[in-house]
Amino acid sequence: MKELIQKITQIPAPSGFEKAVRDFILDEVKPFVKETRVDALGNLIVRCGEKTKQGRSILVGAHMDEIGIIASHVEKNGRVRFSNLGTIFPRYLPGSRVRFLDGTRGVIDSDKPEDLTKIQPISQFFIDVGAESDQTCPIHAGDVAVFDREFMDLGNRVVSKALDDRSSCALLINAIQQIKTTPHELYFVFSTQEEVGSKGATTAAFGLDVELGIALDVTPVGNLHGVKLQVDLGKGPAIKVRDVGHISDSRVVNWMVAGAKSLKLPYQLEVLDIGTTDARAMQISKAGMLSGALSIPCKYVHSPSEMIDLVDYEQTLRLLVHLLSNPINLEK
Amino acid sequence: MDKIETFLHSLLSAPGLSGFEEPVRKQIEDEWRPLTDELTTSPLGSLHGLRRAYASTPRPSVMVAAHMDAIGLMVKEIQGTFLKVSKIGGIDPRVLPGQPVLVHGKKEIPGIVQMIPDRLLNSSAAGSPPNLSRLFVDTGLPEKELQQQVQPGDLVSFASTPMHHEGGYISGHSLDNRASVAAITVCLQELKRYQLEWNLWCVATVMEEEFLQGALTSAFALKPEIGIAVDVTFAEEPGLKTYTTFPLGKGPTIGTGANVHPALQRKFKQIAEEIDLPYAVETMPRGSGTDGMAIQITAAGIPTIVLGIPIRYMHTPYELTSMADIRRAGRLLARFITSLEEDTLATLFTGGDQ
Amino acid sequence: MKTPQPLPQNLRPPLALLERLSNAVGVSGDEEEIRQIVQKQIRSFVDEITVDALGNVLAVKHAADPNVTRVMFAAHMDEVGFMLVQEEGEGSFAFEPVGGIDERQLLGKPVQVGKERLPGVIGSKPIHLCTAEELHHAVPQKNMHIDLSPGCASKAKVGDFATFATRFQRNGDALFGKALDDRLGVATLIELARVNPGNLEILFAFTVQEEIGLRGARVAAYNFQPDMAFVVDSTPAFDLPLVQEDEENTQYNTRLGAGPAIYLSDAGTISDPRLVHFMVKLAEEHHIPFQFRQPGGGGTDAGAIHLTRSGVPSVSISIPGRYAHTPILHASLEDWKNTLHLLNLVLLHASRSILTPDR
Repeated sequence: MKELIQKITQIPAPSGFEKAVRDFILDEVKPFVKETRVDALGNLIVRCGEKTKQGRSILVGAHMDEIGIIASHVEKNGRVRFSNLGTIFPRYLPGSRVRFLDGTRGVIDSDKPEDLTKIQPISQFFIDVGAESDQTCPIHAGDVAVFDREFMDLGNRVVSKALDDRSSCALLINAIQQIKTTPHELYFVFSTQEEVGSKGATTAAFGLDVELGIALDVTPVGNLHGVKLQVDLGKGPAIKVRDVGHISDSRVVNWMVAGAKSLKLPYQLEVLDIGTTDARAMQISKAGMLSGALSIPCKYVHSPSEMIDLVDYEQTLRLLVHLLSNPINLEK
Repeated sequence: MDKIETFLHSLLSAPGLSGFEEPVRKQIEDEWRPLTDELTTSPLGSLHGLRRAYASTPRPSVMVAAHMDAIGLMVKEIQGTFLKVSKIGGIDPRVLPGQPVLVHGKKEIPGIVQMIPDRLLNSSAAGSPPNLSRLFVDTGLPEKELQQQVQPGDLVSFASTPMHHEGGYISGHSLDNRASVAAITVCLQELKRYQLEWNLWCVATVMEEEFLQGALTSAFALKPEIGIAVDVTFAEEPGLKTYTTFPLGKGPTIGTGANVHPALQRKFKQIAEEIDLPYAVETMPRGSGTDGMAIQITAAGIPTIVLGIPIRYMHTPYELTSMADIRRAGRLLARFITSLEEDTLATLFTGGDQ
Repeated sequence: MKTPQPLPQNLRPPLALLERLSNAVGVSGDEEEIRQIVQKQIRSFVDEITVDALGNVLAVKHAADPNVTRVMFAAHMDEVGFMLVQEEGEGSFAFEPVGGIDERQLLGKPVQVGKERLPGVIGSKPIHLCTAEELHHAVPQKNMHIDLSPGCASKAKVGDFATFATRFQRNGDALFGKALDDRLGVATLIELARVNPGNLEILFAFTVQEEIGLRGARVAAYNFQPDMAFVVDSTPAFDLPLVQEDEENTQYNTRLGAGPAIYLSDAGTISDPRLVHFMVKLAEEHHIPFQFRQPGGGGTDAGAIHLTRSGVPSVSISIPGRYAHTPILHASLEDWKNTLHLLNLVLLHASRSILTPDR
């Protein structure tokens, strides 16, 4: 499990450029699924199970993309200016290392802090790839990069860039491998471009005929951008009640809670005041669908060093496998 | 109090916050059942009431939508004997200190919203209005019982008993947008004695106060040929009179701007003038901020119009409006619907503007 | 199907048409005048024209075989402008902007109001009567008025639209006019309608309400169900002097004279790399100058189009224009010519095979 998370988080694949991680995931899941498909926005959609009389058609999604940067200009002195792909917090930029898709690596800094106590906007930063002029710089406007940070094993907790949301992708891979029987028709969607507005989930959901959509994502703990959060590491999977942009159907929340209780798993009810997930796009697709979200608690979200607890991960996995393997009772 | 005022009173007494509209949907279902041919609920919980066209050939449909969800609060965290809350919809935190509420836990628990006093904060906070992090709900329950009765995700609604004022005015929480639901009900009541040439879908949508999720999905499911959104708008208040506010009791508003199809606007104005119904034109330069925004851009596009019922003190625990305006809006809707004929689709949308 | 015409050797940028379009009035939600011009111009070159519920003009050139690649081109007809919101008497009106306009561009500007194009002025207080303190602050838009003069009292009404009263002018390579964003795109599509590749189903969408949320494009794409989409817009060129002369301008977005600007990503869309690659190859092979629009903010109709139904691979290409959303934009005729040339090639070479590798 650790090995899978390590491998999958290290693949550079920012929003809009997910091919490398999609290929990896496809290899992992192919032997276990009935059908695979890639759509116009690059989503990977795989199908498991057949719908029985008591079963439903369900969409379960995790996003493949990670936040990243896109080069916008190479200065005469060889420094690379950039813009963000997804939400980048500028306070994590000074001294961060990045890796472009072609393998070129570099370091980020800014050179004109007018006020050392203020955090500068992204436009004030640059990447130094070691080039001395724009003529010799291997990077051009449009090239994309991700944070370059290796995986760190701290025992029960692991640290890496892109745990948002590769940890959920790993979880779905594990779930696909572990679900032996199910009464449901299951569509696992490894979506693209979540970090720039759940774009992949929007188009993937449109192309499917499902009654229920569940998003798997990480959820921030502690304090994010000044907003205090009450979910924490080590307390089990977070069952999403609502976030900014999506309110889970209360019957779906109750179903998830009942599942956790029947497995005697700890769980946390999540009311999130910052951020949203692909569940938002699923809920409003076409004529609408029941929707909910399960989250893996995560520290330092959108930093180069995010952290999750593997016990939380395993419990979330167990819960998901249980929920998807059994008939769904959605009475209140 | 007539039947509509009684109905509105019970709507205003029910919670039904965005995403959790069941309590108010049930009431609307009961009221609409004798007035419609079919009632269904969408996957997101919107109520769809159908009055079928009386015709042997397939007919176009018109959708009239009013959102039934209300703003409120949600329990985020239990801290000792106090509850920390999160917003549902656009609430001005300044109205909250001292506000009586109902916490919808395992049972309905009365509580008070209050704020951490100045003396417990550093001096820069003295006198300044609270933000949500400074607010809490006090139910009076001991910690253990609170933990048993309440959990994060439970809803907190305003405990405002509706009041009836002389001259036909009503106040309470969630006139936004239950006033419009009442207006649509007036329309359905008037249409009882008519056979319709078009199919009519009356839709009480969910989650307008969030991101129009109900309107988006209901419009997609129904794909009407005409969409009408009825929502409340700003009434003149003591100390607040601008071009964005409208006098109470002087009729509903008809929107103008990109969200409103010019042909529909002309038609509604024409009908209002024919039946001597007072109205005002409401400018919406960039958008209406209503379900109409979602309906118009559904699928291949739907000609849309937005009607407004002026209310005071929008998004506060006591909003106030005129029953006469509600009835007028309902009547205007009914007249428009009875003006729809078999060939209206061909004739209404020709001419200079589209 | 229309009788195939000989392929134009070089499409010529239709300058007289651009002038008409730039001078015409079409604020978001009120695009009728532009609609009329578009329909008249393309009528004889397309097989089908419809106007949909929002006012988009949807025009189709059929291919002989209905199973060919469906290629959509989009340009928006609407411009930013104003709406009169309150009558104040003596010919004065309070107004609100429609679309995003920097309020510092408004003082002292002439405008035209309503269908009759009544002349008006956004009046500005004389400097003699301003305090030193006042001169340090921008005048907020809500304090401005459109003055039609006391003689005009009853001719305009609340709800009327208004635009800048700019008249189009050309000076050599320099094109000056209001609403070049996106009348340049509209004129481009009208000219492209003359091309008859025959092996593509070509779908032209002249969209409405782009400036207030890409609303027309969304329903147009839903209707068309294209296999791919090319959006033609105008994008800002900030290739202007910096306050510090020795600094390098790293935020120019695009540069005038550097050719059509191909989008890599903006705030609304990450362009489909397959389409970017296709266009770049065409430009390089045919020696057409081009540039990349800097990734970052802003958006085009592609933001709505690429998310329609199950997704539409999309890319935007813009004619650079300085001073977007102000009374007068400045674009380069040469840039426009090269944009037209590149899009002509797109029409001649587009095929589903571009999308064969998964994105």
